[in-house]
Amino acid sequence: MSILFLLVPLSLGLVVFAGWGFFWAVSSGQFDDLESPGWDVLQENGRSEPIDEHS
Amino acid sequence: MAAPTGSCFHCGEQLGRTQIFATINEERQPVCCEGCRCVAELIASSGLGDFYRYRDGVTVRPEATLSSPDAWDAYRNDAVARGFIRQTAGGYQATLAVEGLRCAACCWLIDRSLRQLPDVHEVSINAATARAHVEWSGDRTTLVAVLRTIAALGYRPHPLTPASIDLSAQNERRGALKRLAAAAFGMMQVMMFATSIYAAQIAGEVMDPGIVHFFHIVSLLVTTPLLVYVGAPIFLSAWTSIRHRSIGMDVPVSIALLLAYIASVWNTLHADGQAAVYFDSVTMFLFFLTLARFVQMSIRQRTAALSDALARQLPAYAHRSVDGEIEDVPLAELQRDDRLLVKAGEVIPADGILVDSDAHVDESMLTGESLPVAKRAGDQLAAGTLNIDGPLHMMVRTSGNATILSHIVALMQRGQALKPAMMRNADAAAAKFLRVVLGGAALTCIAWWVIDPTRAFTATVAVLVVACPCAFAIAAPSALAAATAHLAHLGVLVTHPDALEALARIDRIVFDKTGTLTRGDVRIERCTALSNLSSARCLEIAAALELASEHPLSRAFRMVDRPYVATAIQVFAGRGVEGIVDSHRYRIGTPEFVAELRGASTSAAFAEAQAGTLVCLGDEHHELALIQLCDTPRENAASAIAQLRRLGIESEILSGDGESPVVATAVYCGVAEFHARQSPEQKLAHVLSLQRADHHVAMVGDGVNDAPVLGASNVSIAMGRGAALAQASAGLVLIGEDLDALPKAIMIARRMGRIARQNLIWAALYNVGSLPLAALGVVPPWLAAVGMSISSLAVMLNAMRLLPRHVPRQSTRSRAECLPVVTRTGELPRGAALS
Repeated sequence: MSILFLLVPLSLGLVVFAGWGFFWAVSSGQFDDLESPGWDVLQENGRSEPIDEHS
Repeated sequence: MAAPTGSCFHCGEQLGRTQIFATINEERQPVCCEGCRCVAELIASSGLGDFYRYRDGVTVRPEATLSSPDAWDAYRNDAVARGFIRQTAGGYQATLAVEGLRCAACCWLIDRSLRQLPDVHEVSINAATARAHVEWSGDRTTLVAVLRTIAALGYRPHPLTPASIDLSAQNERRGALKRLAAAAFGMMQVMMFATSIYAAQIAGEVMDPGIVHFFHIVSLLVTTPLLVYVGAPIFLSAWTSIRHRSIGMDVPVSIALLLAYIASVWNTLHADGQAAVYFDSVTMFLFFLTLARFVQMSIRQRTAALSDALARQLPAYAHRSVDGEIEDVPLAELQRDDRLLVKAGEVIPADGILVDSDAHVDESMLTGESLPVAKRAGDQLAAGTLNIDGPLHMMVRTSGNATILSHIVALMQRGQALKPAMMRNADAAAAKFLRVVLGGAALTCIAWWVIDPTRAFTATVAVLVVACPCAFAIAAPSALAAATAHLAHLGVLVTHPDALEALARIDRIVFDKTGTLTRGDVRIERCTALSNLSSARCLEIAAALELASEHPLSRAFRMVDRPYVATAIQVFAGRGVEGIVDSHRYRIGTPEFVAELRGASTSAAFAEAQAGTLVCLGDEHHELALIQLCDTPRENAASAIAQLRRLGIESEILSGDGESPVVATAVYCGVAEFHARQSPEQKLAHVLSLQRADHHVAMVGDGVNDAPVLGASNVSIAMGRGAALAQASAGLVLIGEDLDALPKAIMIARRMGRIARQNLIWAALYNVGSLPLAALGVVPPWLAAVGMSISSLAVMLNAMRLLPRHVPRQSTRSRAECLPVVTRTGELPRGAALS
């Protein structure tokens, strides 16, 4: 069972990493608006359209 | 009344018989007015027609003043614009509050439209906070262009100064989310170790004490930072309440957390691995507390945007006239005797005196009076009211703190101070319960000290853990959150958490008339012909004349057929319209104005006319007709009031309007008790006297003048399109403006009350029942932790019964579908918003 003394700290490291990732996502505003980004994919002619018109 | 033949393609208003069509994707769609036609065609021609497929409910009707060319000209001035723009390395940034933003499709529409402006490279719109953030580079785009683009779509943009951009709400939400995640991660880790230890205990196996001790040490390492980071707001709040000598819910919670934690640390460091530790209980408790708080914060934040609405009612800048030159100055720089220009459709920036000969002012946000008020030279103008026709000049008398608007806000604050604090009951119960737990723990400690001193500390902590008021803490908030989610489906926004509790006890409901029982749109009530000309023909002539007028009353004539075309139309501001129809000269407007045309004084019939509600039509020889205008009652007002009566709630009307329209509305809606011509002070006094007679009063209001009354009533309810201030001070907002939602909301509130009570009783029974068992040392620590979790889970599941049973398909009728509050935060299951 002594493998636990290695695995447990390892799992803690993973948790800290996952937590850091989540904190980074929150700080960069990815959880500020959970509503509107979901609608973007429903657009067939998305943001490229106005650019096409000008080019 | 003209039969409605459908609803407007853009804003969903009922259509009159006069039809205007907008061409969308080569199809003709009926719209209600030119404003809607412009917006709909603009949207379609920009390639944004998909907006109509994806939007929830219907869009706000564009206001005529918004798209007028000079509405945003103040921001053309560099000095003014600079106040709202931040210059960065990549160009310019501006943040705007967008009024009327109702759903994700609205965000999409604004986003796409702004991106079509030259040089705009970043647009982000947050539906939750109704804020738009725009970045552009170069001089081809200006703040004015951005504002006009948004306004042309029918929304009302408010530029925010960098100082007023409220970052605190965003930071609060991000912080709460991080704490929730940290608590969840930490709880999972600690539970992982705890479960393995419990599993061994259940199976009767003996774990290697070294490994158990190692698990305890790791749990300690995980729990310690968690307690400091996640628990900080709880401990701070507990400390604050102790300093104010009151015991809040956070005090027992903090004590339980700290005692369990300290005992665990002690046992970990000083025992041989056999003594009980409670890190699992501590982390789980932290998680449940944080979750409940996060749900509540989400609900509060969603509605906090309403409360800064008052600031928006005053323009940030005023046009000062100095020696004939007009300059834009910040409101703070206004001084007594400054001469100001107020353009049509602008808010009057300070209290003052009218210099011009006449003007019309919409004072609905102050007095609730829906009809415009005529002002003459020397009359008082109140800050916050709206100049509705023609530019006017005024002389500043006071500004800032001394304005009438601030008077009303002060009145409102007093009203709110009178509000009974419902939530204190729960805290008082918790404080009592805390005494029981503390007393029990002390008794256990003393008893075990006498019997077996080695078990004294463990048993004492077991009592504290098992009796940890975890279920108690979430009993009411979970029921509240579920009920709030259900209400959001019905289009009822809960802005104050104690509003629902109070709503369940309501036995009297007071309506303000205009905009609540009525729609706030003027229509023709009755046309009395006074000569041999038929009333139908009189109306047709009137409609032809009123077509030219921008007066709000003229909207009433949109429903009338227009076979005639009026020529040589002259609009006399505040008096009426003159024009030639079918080679006859007619006038429509006030009795004096019409009488002047034939050079006579007003007749007896006209003398009865009450200003504003009666309009006269006359030619050069006769008075032809008296047209009575009134507000349209909401279709479901009568049925809502009947349903309220079945719930045992009596309704009454308190209105600032004149006697006759109030009587008419009362009769239509079946309301027996009504009071007309009420000032805000009288309304407040009436509500207070009802409360003294032991009534629980709900107030449904619309205007700013209702704000003090809304504050004093037990529950205040504002209409979705009512004045911003009324919404800000209300406990509930009917977003859908559907009065039928009101009885439903009361039923849900009552169910919530029952379920919250069941939860509290269950939590109390569990805690009190388990306390003696733990004190006797019968309950092993793992059972205490499991029991605590199960009691919390039972409370949560019971609260879930308040959620809507089946998720309704999107109904086109209901604007309430526009994004339920809680679902936006992702906390509770959301309904099918997509059709």
